[in-house]
Formats: sequence, C-alpha cells, structure tokens
Amino acid sequence: MRPSRPRTPRLLRGYRPLRPGPDSFDQRAERIRLRSRMIALVLACLTLMALDHHPGAGSPLEPAREAMGSVFGPVESGTSTVVRPVTAIGGWFTSKRSLQHDIAALQSENARLKSQQATEQYQHNQLAEFQGLTSAADALGRALVPAHVVAYGPAQSFSRTVTIDAGSDAGVQPDQTVLNDDGLVGRVLRVTPTTATVLLIVDTESVVGGRVGASMKVGFLRGRGGLGDHGVLDLQLVDQAAAPAKGDTIVTWGSQGGAPYVSGVPIGRVTAVYASLRESSHRAVIQPYVDFGALDLVGVVVPSGTHSDRGVIEADGSLQ
Amino acid sequence: MKALRVVTAAALVVVALVLQVAVFPHVAWEGIVPNFCLLVVVAAALVRGPAFAATLGFFAGLMLDLAPPADHVAGRWALALVLVGYVAGLMRQETRTPATTVVATVAAASFVGTSVYALSGLALGDGVAGAGDLARVILVALLWDVLLTPLVLPAVMRLLTRLEPAGAR
Repeated sequence: MRPSRPRTPRLLRGYRPLRPGPDSFDQRAERIRLRSRMIALVLACLTLMALDHHPGAGSPLEPAREAMGSVFGPVESGTSTVVRPVTAIGGWFTSKRSLQHDIAALQSENARLKSQQATEQYQHNQLAEFQGLTSAADALGRALVPAHVVAYGPAQSFSRTVTIDAGSDAGVQPDQTVLNDDGLVGRVLRVTPTTATVLLIVDTESVVGGRVGASMKVGFLRGRGGLGDHGVLDLQLVDQAAAPAKGDTIVTWGSQGGAPYVSGVPIGRVTAVYASLRESSHRAVIQPYVDFGALDLVGVVVPSGTHSDRGVIEADGSLQ
Repeated sequence: MKALRVVTAAALVVVALVLQVAVFPHVAWEGIVPNFCLLVVVAAALVRGPAFAATLGFFAGLMLDLAPPADHVAGRWALALVLVGYVAGLMRQETRTPATTVVATVAAASFVGTSVYALSGLALGDGVAGAGDLARVILVALLWDVLLTPLVLPAVMRLLTRLEPAGAR
C-alpha cells in the first residue's frame, strides 16, 4: 500500500504548496506568467512562419522586410565603408605597395584571359549557329552598375545571400543579373532605395539555366548551399543522354528578356561527372569561377541608359 | 527608466546584428560568424531571467529574420532565440553568476539556437543543408560563441545589471 499523503482541503489546494520546498504564491504566479508569455511568443513565431511560408513578392511580410532594409541597409553600407580599410591592412603588411599593384594588374589580366578562354568555345559555336548576331545586339543593350558587397548572410542561416550597396536609386531592380570579373555571382532578390539583396548561385534555392560551352547542350544548375570555398553547383542537362566532359565551361543560357539571367556569362568548370544508371541521366559537379568567400566589387546588369546615382559602365567600356 | 532599458536593449541588438553581418564576415571561417544576437540574449537571460530574455530573443530574432541580406522564412531565428532566452534564463542565479556557468550557458544556448533554427528549416523545407555541413556549422558556431564570451558577456551583463530596476531580485 502507498503511504497516504496528508489531505489538503480541495478549496485550499491552489494556495498551499503541494510538495515540500520553498514554493510560495508569488513564485507560482510568476511561473504562470512566464508560461503564458512563452506560449504567446512561440505562437507569434509560428504565426510569422505561416504568414511568410513563401518569402518573396507575395509574402505579407515583404513590406516589413523592405522597411527593415531601408533602415539597416545604410547602416550596413556605412559600417562596411569604415571596415574596408581595416580589412585591407592585412594585405598591406605582407607586401609592398608596388608588389600589390603588380598582383592586382596580373590578376585582372588573368581574369580577362580566363574569361576569354572560358567563353571562346562558346562564342565560336554561337557564331557558327548564327546566334551570335542577336546575342551581341542583346549584349550591346546592357550596362553594369558597380556595387560593393556590404553584408553577408551568416552560414548559420543556411542561405547564401549578400547585401550590395546599390539599390533602386542606382537603377537596380529585382531579377537582374549580378556578376563580377570572374563570372556569374547571382541575381537580385529585392531592393530598397540604397541597397539590394542578392541570392548567390550557390544557395540551395538558386536555379540557373546553363549551357555547356563545347556542346551547346542546355541544363539547370542548382546550388548545394555549401560553405565557403566548397560552394559547388549541380548541373543536370535537359538532354539526358548527353554528358558534359570534365573541364568543360558552363555559361548562362539566358532567360527571356534577360531577367533574371542574361546569356553568355561564364559560371564555372565541370570538375566531375556522375552517371545515374537508374534514371539513365548524368549529373555534373560545377566549380564556380567566382570565389564566394571573398566577394567585394560586383556589377549589376541593367538596361543601357538606366538612370543611376553613380557611374554606369556601358557595354563598350565607357563610363556614364 | 523603463524606456531607457528598452532603448538600451534595442541598441545592443542592432549593434550585434551589424557586427554579425557587416564586420565579422571578413574574419569568418567558411562564412560562419559568431552569433552576437544570441550572446546578447544569453546575457539578458543571466541578468534578467527567462521572461525578459525570451521577449528580447523574439525581437532580436525578428531582426535577424527581416534585416537584409536575410531571405529565409521569417520567424525561424525568432523561435530559436525565444527558446534560447528561456533555456538560458533558467540558469540565472540569485548571486553573481560564476564564469564557468556563463561559458556553459553560452555553449548550451549556441547549440540549442543553431539546432532549433536548422530543425525549423527541415520542417518548413527552407534552406536545408546536408548533415555534414549542419554538424560543422553547429560546432564552429559554438566555438565562435564561446571564444567571444569573455569579450562580450561581462560588458553586456554589467550594462544590463546597472539598468535593472531596483529590488528586482
């Protein structure tokens, strides 16, 4: 038989400690208050998640994002401007100014040659197929808005996004292509007057139409959301029988009207090809040309003649 | 006095957020940065207890969810930091908190915060990472947070203690 507890009259039960210990009415009331506040907060979080289940243009939280962006964007830009000279100190200590200058010159030359070599095969094919004409005309109608990357989404958030310091005042609009001198960086997701959020192509949500430079086969590149330098892409060709060769260059296929991606921007190199026997298709792993761990100066592709608050680099290299 | 407390807490969260997205990515390891917002919430929890910390965690998380360059489902960091505030608040002690307790609380809070965030992503099918990456992110973020604890927590805790209403303990 269980030892019986001393009985408490039912009416007093709420006011007397049921178990021994320093429990008082005050602490009990506080516990109840804490519990109800926790329930309210967790419910608020769940409500937010339900409302924002598909972040994007249709989400009811988009105005809040925009408001936060227009407040935080300038703060991020300002902080980044202050920090940039400090982060450059590391390189300043390790090498002399002239050496650094040489390295910069060589790097830009290297990048130019690399992109030339990367796109040569592709351009050759394009010409052969008389696509070059329309594409070149298309390319002539575009210009670049230069911008600095001012904030990075933390890897703890498992999404690869950055903030750039050019917004709608600079002529940047959602769904425009972002690139740098190495290749494709990503696309603009949303803009505020002074900043824009860019989805990097290595994000798991990113899908880019790609074309194999050597064979002109088209396919889709999906980000794997990898960290730092491990950011690689998966390429699946539309023609399932075709397999890209190792070392092939992948360029953008281009979307209708150049949004979100313009055509002919180098994306990356094929580093491995896996054959899936069951689905009789091939999956290739692409190493992007862009180093996503060290993004700084990028360009946003805008239509030529866009009104902007800063110098716009036109297709012929002139600054406007 | 209450207005001052609210303003201070808000300012702490804003500074934490800017450090996290604009300054520390330059020294980040594979993009993983110390979670300053989480450190502020833990400091608030150790000084003011779970109710205040959970509320602060909600607003700090909301900022992390909405301020650029965030692009995940809003409410995920808010939920993670609400739970962090609650769990860390249970560690509050009547007397001055010993350093080992502070470090242990930060470690536990970092683990809980990043894990809850990642799990909410799995549940919503939003920005899911592989298991290997997930474990690495949780571990490195924990190391970062513990490493930054002696630099951040004492100052923030002292500030919050000074602003504490008289006779709250």
